[in-house]
Amino acid sequence: MNLKFRNKRISGILTIVPSKEIAFEDELDNYNFTRAQSLKLKLVMGYDRHRIFDEDVCASDLVVKGINHLVDQNKLKKEDIDALIVVTQSPDYLMPPTSTIVHGKLDLKQDIFCLDINQGCTGYIVGLYQAFMMLEQENITKVVLANADILSHKVSKKDRNSFPLVGDAASITIVERDTNNSEIFGNIKFDGKGWDALMIPAGGFKTPSSPETSVLVDDGAGNYRSKDNLVMRGDSVFNFVQAMVPPLIQDLMEFASVDKASVDYYMFHQPNKFMLKKVADKLGIPHEKMPHNIVENFGNASGVTIPTAITFNLGEKMLTQEYLMCLSGFGVGLTWGSMLIKIGNLNFCNIIEY
Amino acid sequence: MERILNILKNIRPEEDFTSSQDFISDGLLDSFDLISLVTDLDSYFSISIDGMDIKQENFKNLDAIKNLLIKNGVQI
Repeated sequence: MNLKFRNKRISGILTIVPSKEIAFEDELDNYNFTRAQSLKLKLVMGYDRHRIFDEDVCASDLVVKGINHLVDQNKLKKEDIDALIVVTQSPDYLMPPTSTIVHGKLDLKQDIFCLDINQGCTGYIVGLYQAFMMLEQENITKVVLANADILSHKVSKKDRNSFPLVGDAASITIVERDTNNSEIFGNIKFDGKGWDALMIPAGGFKTPSSPETSVLVDDGAGNYRSKDNLVMRGDSVFNFVQAMVPPLIQDLMEFASVDKASVDYYMFHQPNKFMLKKVADKLGIPHEKMPHNIVENFGNASGVTIPTAITFNLGEKMLTQEYLMCLSGFGVGLTWGSMLIKIGNLNFCNIIEY
Repeated sequence: MERILNILKNIRPEEDFTSSQDFISDGLLDSFDLISLVTDLDSYFSISIDGMDIKQENFKNLDAIKNLLIKNGVQI
């Protein structure tokens, strides 16, 4: 589905990352890699270090920390927040919505639209689209989009497919009306037939967590995980990304009548370095235009990798420069989407630690 | 073929790749080794194997790898 929006802009991006950093080498005893494999994978996949939170940190803590930071820095006024979107797959509770917990902790006004979205690696794209749609309402002029995931708590430490790559993080993106008549082009697709390619089998209403669901089982390839843990069918996800993302971007460029070469940056979700490089090669995009350094520096924090790619790679440049960016997310659902948007002259664009 | 064998031996020095017709089923390579193999082939032959071609059947034996390289314009 193609989407088009006018007169909307991103005015600031903040990323919140854990202060706790763990090196891949320090976790090698958890996996059955040979020394040679480890060194190779470090280079190829981007296994190097990742940042994860302790067990007592929740998604709402990160969002509250981020918004309070912006308020303290005079970058945001609580009373100006007309809508709060929290995109997360690690909500504090099954109910109530995490956005309302954040609302309560921050003592925000009651005349507000709070919304949770259960999305993963496409969560930044989906969240932005939701923010743009909210801004069509005359009473909504400023939306706080919060992406937050702490999926390390749901990934088995003995799962060499997933644990070396997983990271925790959150981001706060301010989305508001724009008077420059700017156009934003986008698209999004879903294929629910692939719902089980990435999932946490137990813990919901279908299969509640129990002593049985917490038992670690060998998957036959040397990965030990339980039904309470995230499971990814790596081959299926890889094939899905390689098959679906390049045509998605081609379609976006045609829809927007924009040449790929005129895009300054391709800020894509970063599942791992290898997968992203293959997408770039397929599209004929120079690797320097598609940063792939988030996994090796922070880990894959699901919907937060795109804003982290922007804050980490461009940071202060975003305060004075404007770039034409192609954003793209893809993963759980299955969901894949992209967006062509000018981003720049931001009020803030940085990373803080929790 | 010698160049392919050298790359394979570099990944798994302990294995004999000349006597297997299915490296994956026979346990000579696992899924992480395939990623290393693709990266090494890309680098050695200055190609970029299409992501859609990264499937086990294209790496299951020497002939399959040779055919994939030919598809990518490598003269074997």
